[in-house]
Order: sequence, then C-alpha cells, then structure tokens
Amino acid sequence: MNLGTRRMDLKAILSGDRLALSRLLTQIEKDSEQGRQALNELFPHTGKAHLVGVTGAPGTGKSSLTNQLAKHYRNPPDGPARSVAVVAVDPSSPFSGGAVLGDRIRMQDLAGDPGVFIRSMATRGSLGGLATATAGLVQGLDAAGYEIILIETVGAGQAEVEVAKLAHTTIVVEAPGLGDDVQAIKAGILEIADILVLNKADRPGVEAAERALRGMLNLGHPIERVFNHHGRRAEIEVPHEESPTDKLWLPPLIRTVSTEGQGVPELAQAITEHRAFLETSGELQRRERARLESEVHDLLQKAMMNRWRQDTSDERYQRTLEQIAARKLSPRQAVAQLLNGSAPQ
Amino acid sequence: MGEEKIRVLVAKPGLDGHDRGAKVIARALRDDGMEVIYTGLRQTPEMIAEAALQEDVDAVGLSILSGAHMALVPRILELIRANGQDNVALFVGGIIPDDDVPKLLEMGVAGVHGPGSSTLKIAEDIRRVVRQAA
Repeated sequence: MNLGTRRMDLKAILSGDRLALSRLLTQIEKDSEQGRQALNELFPHTGKAHLVGVTGAPGTGKSSLTNQLAKHYRNPPDGPARSVAVVAVDPSSPFSGGAVLGDRIRMQDLAGDPGVFIRSMATRGSLGGLATATAGLVQGLDAAGYEIILIETVGAGQAEVEVAKLAHTTIVVEAPGLGDDVQAIKAGILEIADILVLNKADRPGVEAAERALRGMLNLGHPIERVFNHHGRRAEIEVPHEESPTDKLWLPPLIRTVSTEGQGVPELAQAITEHRAFLETSGELQRRERARLESEVHDLLQKAMMNRWRQDTSDERYQRTLEQIAARKLSPRQAVAQLLNGSAPQ
Repeated sequence: MGEEKIRVLVAKPGLDGHDRGAKVIARALRDDGMEVIYTGLRQTPEMIAEAALQEDVDAVGLSILSGAHMALVPRILELIRANGQDNVALFVGGIIPDDDVPKLLEMGVAGVHGPGSSTLKIAEDIRRVVRQAA
C-alpha cells in the first residue's frame, strides 16, 4: 500500500501483467482509495480502445454473440488479430446482495487465449443495465491495452440504456418472437442501437421480427425511397440541408445465429464501419465528451451524497424518516429540511 | 460501505455431466450474499485457473463426481498458485471418499463438503476461511 508498490503495480498493468490487472479491477470495483488513485494515474493511458456495448433482453443471446465477436477479433479472416476484453454484467439480488454471474459459460471458446480477458461483475444495486463501477473497469482494461472492449449489459428490458453513454458502438440484440411492431416503436432500448442484431435468425418468426424492426428503423431515420403506390411511381424525398448522407448513420440490421457464428463477420464489419463513421463525422469526439461528462456527473453525485452523509447524523436522518412515516412531513419537505438543516416552510 | 463482497468461482472440472450440485451451491452462496461466477460443465484445470485469475476470486468451489479428484485437484491448486494467487481458497464438493478427504486437506484444500452438507454451513465455512486469508 506504500507509494513504491503501487507504482510498481501500475507498471505491471501497463506491461500486461494479468494478475496485477485483475487485482486492480477488484480495487476499482470496491471503489477503494487504492483503486481511485490507480485510475487517476492510468487515465492518460486510456481512450485508445474501441468500446462496444452489447445489450438486449434476457436470453436473446448477448453472451454467445459476445463470444463470437471476440473469437472473430482474435482470428479475423483479414488483417491482424486484436486483443479483446469483455466486461459482462449480471444482476445482484435485491434481497441478499449476492449474484450468480453466468456469462462465462457461453465464452468457453475464448479460454486459454492470452489476448482475451473476461471479467464478470454484478450490478451491486445499480440500475440502468450496468454497475456503477463498469466505466472504471473499462478504463482499467483500456489502459492495460485491450483494443476492443465488449461491454455486455444485464438482460435489459426497455429502459436500461446506460450502456449507450459508455460505449462508442451500441449493439442491441433482438430475437424473433419478443414482441410486435408496437414494441418496436416504443421509446427506449431500440433507440440507442447503432447496430441492430436479429439473433436466432434460424428460428420461426424471423421475417415478422425483421419487418417490425425495419419499420421502426425507417421511421426513425428517414431515407430516400422510391416505391410504387397504386401503380404510380412515388418518390419520397428527404430534406438534405441539415443532414448530408455522409453524416447520417443508419443503424444496419444484421441477422445472426450466434451459436454457429453466422452473420458475425457482417456484424464485425458493421462495427468497423460505425467506427469509421464516428471518426469522420466528428461524432466520436462528441460521444467521448458526453461520456466523460456523464462520468463526472455520476462521480459528483456520489461525492455529494457522501459528503452529505458525513455531515448529517444518522439519528437526524432516522428521525426525519419517522416523521415521513407518520405523514407529518412529505418526502420533498424532508429532503429540503435535510439539505438545509432548517425546518420546512 | 458495508461488508466486502466475497467472490467465488464455482466450476466443474472433468467430464461428468451432472451439475445439479454445483448449481445448488451457486444459488445458496448467492443467497448468502456472495458473488458467484458460475462457469459450468467440463472445465479443464487450465480454464479454471484462468477464470480464477481474471475474476480475482477469493475462493474456488469445485464439484467433482467422476472420481478424478485426486488428479484434478492438485493440478488446479498448482496452476492457481503458479498464477500468483496464493490467497485463493479451494473448496471441493461432490463424491469424495472419506479416505481421500485428509489427503485433499493436506494438499492445501480449505474444505471438503460432500452430499448432505448444509449449504448454510458451506457458506459459513467459505466466509470464515476467506476472512482469515484477508
């Protein structure tokens, strides 16, 4: 814990020592002083990896797809192999605080490859599909030199969209049979997709699912279309002034069968294209900035909460809670009182 | 904030395909507030040691029903230690003949829990050993 050993550890992490990295990730997850210090010092080494979020409902095949993507990056048909880290998040029990983290089961193909590092983490009470420490873990892995970092969220419902703030490219995984076209136009998870994957494409219902998803994509991102309407050629024009096509990203829809690796090269290609789009359109800087801003926001929130906790006696807090329970104080009034240290108006 | 989370890897080395016991243990440790990394069936010693390293676990629980424990356990222990994880406690469950229990403990296994063990006791045992190692 002295300065000397800590610096040595960081050096080890930067030079690829997996045990040192693993222990660092634990410290970051614990939000310990040591972990925070290390993150501060590693920060200049971050920002090199491409962060890919993989999200979708439970059982759509996120883990299998993550496994296939990692395998693809390790053995690309063209070009050099790239190192891959995976951060897989599963939920903590709201009752015991425990968790069963089972994403590794689908990632056994990656065992024994020194160019792959997989870390499972529990949400530890955090909502939104990721854990509070996920961003920190990703930074640690980024600093350690992993080129592609795949971030797999918990099985997400409709509103777990945190991953879009963290990742450069967000993949939303769907499967046939999960809902009709009204599900597809609801706000939430489908909106954050940079790439939509229709997994389990060998299952029945794939056509209907694709139609619903495509309908949603076309509504959200108007594109030029020409079609026949009652025998007359109709052209639909899209206003050009503000969105030249080279600055517009249309989320592609890719069919995959992740158990067999079908569609995975196409998916990897789409990720590469999205990266290129981010770089040429200036969107990368914008997202990077938004990401860092959201991180600062979260840290600030936590720090303020902690500071408030330190300044407020537990006794006073409990007393206020009792007043609320007795309906003498509304929750809003209680907050005003606790923050100002004064009686409600 | 609160107690530190204990992280446990639950794995089934070797070739027997019965993972009910491992799943019961995983679930019980979850209910005890631990974070269980469950890796499933047919793991090689190398895979288990690698997962233990990447997940920085406090303990590893092995379920072995095949009778190969006297070959698998020392190999796994050796690999985990070779990775520099001296503090990781190894627990073994499954079908382990009474005669082999002292031999396993002597090798450095922290505890052996066969069929009929109370899951609460197992969780307690893990907690105690991990706390001592910390």
